[in-house]
Amino acid sequence: MSEEKLMQIFIMGKAYNVPAGITIMDAMEYAGYQFVRGAGCRSGFCGACGTVYRKEGDYRLEFALACQEMVEEGMHLTQLPFTPAPRSRYVLDDLDAGENVLLQHYPAIARCVSCNTCTKACPQDIEVMDYVQAALRGDLEKVSELSFDCIQCGLCSMRCPADIKHYHFAQMARRLYAVTQSPEPDHLQTRMSELAEGIHEAELDTLMKMNLEELKQRYAQRVIETEGEAS
Amino acid sequence: MNTIPYFPGCSLKDTAASFESSAQFVMEKLGLQLQELERWNCCGTVSSLTTDDLMHHLASVRNLVRVQDLEQTELVALCSMCYNTLSRTAQRINADAEERDKINQFMDRESDYQGAVVVRHLLQVLRDRIGWQALEQATPHSLEGLNVACYYGCTLLRPKEAAIDNVEKPTIMSEAMAAAGAMPVHFPFAGECCGTYQVVDRRDLSIERSFRVIQSAAREGANVIATACPLCQHNLKEAQRELAGASELADIEIVYFTELLAAAMGMDSQKLPEGLSARMQQVAEAQTG
Amino acid sequence: MSRAKTVSVENFRARVEELSGENVFACYQCGMCSAGCPLTDQMDRLPSQVIRDLQQDDITLLESNAMWVCASCLACEVRCPKGVDLAKLMEALRQLHLRKELDHVSIDEMSPQEIAKLPQIALVASFRKKTG
Ligand code: SF4
Ligand code: SF4
Ligand code: SF4
Ligand code: SF4
Ligand code: FES
Repeated sequence: MSEEKLMQIFIMGKAYNVPAGITIMDAMEYAGYQFVRGAGCRSGFCGACGTVYRKEGDYRLEFALACQEMVEEGMHLTQLPFTPAPRSRYVLDDLDAGENVLLQHYPAIARCVSCNTCTKACPQDIEVMDYVQAALRGDLEKVSELSFDCIQCGLCSMRCPADIKHYHFAQMARRLYAVTQSPEPDHLQTRMSELAEGIHEAELDTLMKMNLEELKQRYAQRVIETEGEAS
Repeated sequence: MNTIPYFPGCSLKDTAASFESSAQFVMEKLGLQLQELERWNCCGTVSSLTTDDLMHHLASVRNLVRVQDLEQTELVALCSMCYNTLSRTAQRINADAEERDKINQFMDRESDYQGAVVVRHLLQVLRDRIGWQALEQATPHSLEGLNVACYYGCTLLRPKEAAIDNVEKPTIMSEAMAAAGAMPVHFPFAGECCGTYQVVDRRDLSIERSFRVIQSAAREGANVIATACPLCQHNLKEAQRELAGASELADIEIVYFTELLAAAMGMDSQKLPEGLSARMQQVAEAQTG
Repeated sequence: MSRAKTVSVENFRARVEELSGENVFACYQCGMCSAGCPLTDQMDRLPSQVIRDLQQDDITLLESNAMWVCASCLACEVRCPKGVDLAKLMEALRQLHLRKELDHVSIDEMSPQEIAKLPQIALVASFRKKTG
């Protein structure tokens, strides 16, 4: 431990010395913070660990995922693991995907001023402003495509001066698009009928009987099918 | 084919799609294709009027940057609210280097806006670039029997610096209609407000204003009202639906001016508003029969 | 205890002039603006009275509904013989409220049915003029 290079960071204003080359999340734990909430997958997928920081000499406030972003000397940071942003209630099958549907449920979309702050805040490098704009003009396909990598961290909505709930309406758009417009993939159809026929029951039984080690081995050996070659 | 950078606006992609499709049809026929900006955002719809509120001009400026990125200096809009907002922002920001600087610094992920883009409405392009004569030649299907009241509303005429024609006595849309063979009807409410966005929380007010526009057009003998704005169109139609009842006001067709031009150019009647096709059919039958 | 947000009224006239960029004393009360305004029926003060009240630094103007009924049609602006842009004064009055988060349209209370079919430009415009 003694040869390890330490650097100074500030967590909620208090200085700590932490090892260089670790993530913000690890640094906070090193400093003694315990994550009761605000941490999940620890690998950049769940969106639970939103964090906000300012670097020494940088006028910008930066946003990232604590489990992904490395600490830097002189960083000032805190966690923003949750954005209060209520979701609209809807029954997918009852929605008319026609005119204005996203606006009907999320009218604040119409308040966007095109400041692009959301895009700058997004740790997934999504063109958030562009998907807000696509939503305003009712383009479900474009919203779905652009927002596909969204992990619902909420940082965009935390920053937006127009109080838009980006990730909620984007999810609604993807759902609607999937149900009403996007072509149903063949392999999904095939798999569904296989399931109905019970073709995979035996395989499932075998898996259920395996112990942890065997399961791990199977997992490591798995073959990932690409679209179309499902069997 | 010649092309011109084109800003559609949100409503034309959704609630007012026929405005766009008819305009595209018309411009194809005229040999000047509307080239939609690949990436664009809502113009903001209404111009922000306070001295310090630059934030609300950002949306428009971003679109001007897109035009600049194409190495073009002209942008045409179809929706008159978009036209008005884009044009006013362009004029303000083109003339003020200091404000332009501020905006450029804020939009640090865009190329700097140089202040050279001019915004025009499609009607101006028709008048100044195509010409009424060419329009007349391109419209073989007569609009005879259609008495068209051209409704401008606010945003094509005001403020003065955004006016596409004489502020108090505009004729540009009537000239387009006349070139297409329709009979323009002059009526005093051509430039009166339809109640605009008040429809959102003061619907009573927009319905009342819009109904007066319809009454005025009817009084002067119009059987068609031509509009250039999805919001005027919406408000007028709502007023008609709500207040016209069984009166002759219910029979007035309220359509986009581009739909009339498209009809005169032979657009498939399936794609035209039902009432308009029916009326044209009637006239045609009366002529042959 | 949370404090209710209020519009600050210090230097009322000066603040409105600053925000609008207009000189309220340019107006000589001819009434042309009120004559042409399409929405006076619904206003508790006429446009020309709005500017008169500004000249007199009358802060009760903040409670008037005129700024919210005004549709920014600019009929007054193109007709004023003194070149006063009343629409900008109306906007400044609205902004005094909106900048304190005193919205005039309640987005949360709008139902999907109300919004359905409204053209986008109606919503964008309304929210820009009536929410902060
Ligand atoms: S779009 Fe918003 S919620 Fe989704 S990942 Fe980006 S910042 Fe997070
Ligand atoms: S932060 Fe909000 S207002 Fe700004 S571009 Fe994104 S959605 Fe629009
Ligand atoms: S038209 Fe102009 S000068 Fe006349 S009352 Fe109105 S603001 Fe004053
Ligand atoms: S801008 Fe407002 S005050 Fe002026 S005429 Fe129009 S509605 Fe009346
Ligand atoms: S903990 Fe899941 S994304 Fe960071």
